[in-house]
Amino acid sequence: MDHRVVITGIGIYSCLGENLDEVAKSLYAGKSGIIFDQVRKDFGFRSALTGMVQEPDLKAHLSRRQRLGMHQPAIYAYMATREALEVSGLDLDFLEKSETGIIYGNDSTAASVMEAVDKAREKQDTTLIGSGAIFQNMNSTVNMNLSTIFKLKGINFTLSAACASGSHSIGMGYLMIKQGLQDRVICGGAQEINAAAMASFDGLGTFSMRESEPTKASRPFDRDRDGLIPSGGAATVILESYEAAVKRGAPILAELIGYGFSSNGDHISNPSIEGQIRSLQMALKQAEISTKDVDYINAHATSTPVGDGSEARAIFEVFGGNVPVSSTKSMTGHECWMAGASEIVYSLLMMQGSFIAPNINFENPDEDSARINIISDTKEQYINCFLSNSFGFGGTNSTLIIKRV
Amino acid sequence: MHANDVKMNLEEVIEDTRDFLSEEFEVDRDLILPENNLKDTLDLDSLDYVDLVVLIEENLNIKLTGEDFKEIQTFGDFYQLVRKKLSL
Repeated sequence: MDHRVVITGIGIYSCLGENLDEVAKSLYAGKSGIIFDQVRKDFGFRSALTGMVQEPDLKAHLSRRQRLGMHQPAIYAYMATREALEVSGLDLDFLEKSETGIIYGNDSTAASVMEAVDKAREKQDTTLIGSGAIFQNMNSTVNMNLSTIFKLKGINFTLSAACASGSHSIGMGYLMIKQGLQDRVICGGAQEINAAAMASFDGLGTFSMRESEPTKASRPFDRDRDGLIPSGGAATVILESYEAAVKRGAPILAELIGYGFSSNGDHISNPSIEGQIRSLQMALKQAEISTKDVDYINAHATSTPVGDGSEARAIFEVFGGNVPVSSTKSMTGHECWMAGASEIVYSLLMMQGSFIAPNINFENPDEDSARINIISDTKEQYINCFLSNSFGFGGTNSTLIIKRV
Repeated sequence: MHANDVKMNLEEVIEDTRDFLSEEFEVDRDLILPENNLKDTLDLDSLDYVDLVVLIEENLNIKLTGEDFKEIQTFGDFYQLVRKKLSL
């Protein structure tokens, strides 16, 4: 028997704000979280632009042993998950006595690996790296830390799928619950913000060079876009079976009704319209809805010339030109491993506030973006159902569809 | 400042040690007394011994191994080992 899958908690820690309230206000105001980071310039980056959120001090919340194994991905994920658990009404006592899982998206731990290796080289003694490094350095750092801190007893693994990691993590949690294997899964995505994590990406020449105007630099779908801007933080989405949510009186924020996915099987970094269309169509088929039922599309569009054009064509091919579309990356930059989860949180905040956040900096369309309905100013609109796309290197595509209950 | 950079006496090493151990392991400095048990006072598990080695290297410039800790029960035992290693 298939189970309905609902969302009972969300949490966010991003360059748009350190909690849901702050982020909702930023989304409505169309506020950019992009800055110029001198550290990157000094490091040798082509582009020093990045989304930025401060690293919190967890001393007041966690013991020394709990903190030792955490670097940015786990730290950010802890902040987002704390908030999501609170929204969901889940406390440590309940988690310890029930079976709650965690499937979190993450695809790098570059800074902590670099720091550990530098230390070993300097000291010529691996013991002097310290005991926390191994738990910071493994890609599964988020789920190993959070499952320990929050006493989780269910499924427990990290999902790595480049810039679709966060979206697939929600998709995997959805399948676990739908099939009756889990009642509740903490999903999400984390993305470290530092030079080590992004140096090799910057080297590809894919980042925007509009350094004189940081808040104008991320401009998905705009004719004059010149590249993406990296960003980060973490977003958590708690999924639960409808029955389990009702049984414990949890707030039901929305229902996840469709998960589509595909692999391009082609170029390692170039997008594929055909692959994107397959992901979109699979999600729609699974959700058993038609294209006219979708009130809003949160696009993957990262502000690269090639990527945005192909997504605009895929959306037009499947939906035509009427459905409202915006890319919140125009404000956040590209939150990479976290993006698929954060964009679900952003879209849910829009659903709760009955507005569509703007695709800021969309000033002039190009041939592809002119064919779809891009929302460039905040629009008051009731959203019953939305769709979110995530596409990653290696040609991994993910689409999620969410509606009100 | 490392103990070897400028020669410290044992009293200075002890006070320095109480500072860095209480800060790192988040325990009351007043509990770090020669007669108290090191493992119990600092609430050390197997992973913590690795960090203890790191701290001692960073603060006292002495490289200890797991073998060294086999002989240590109290902070007093530890100070004696430090005294020997630093020839104080």
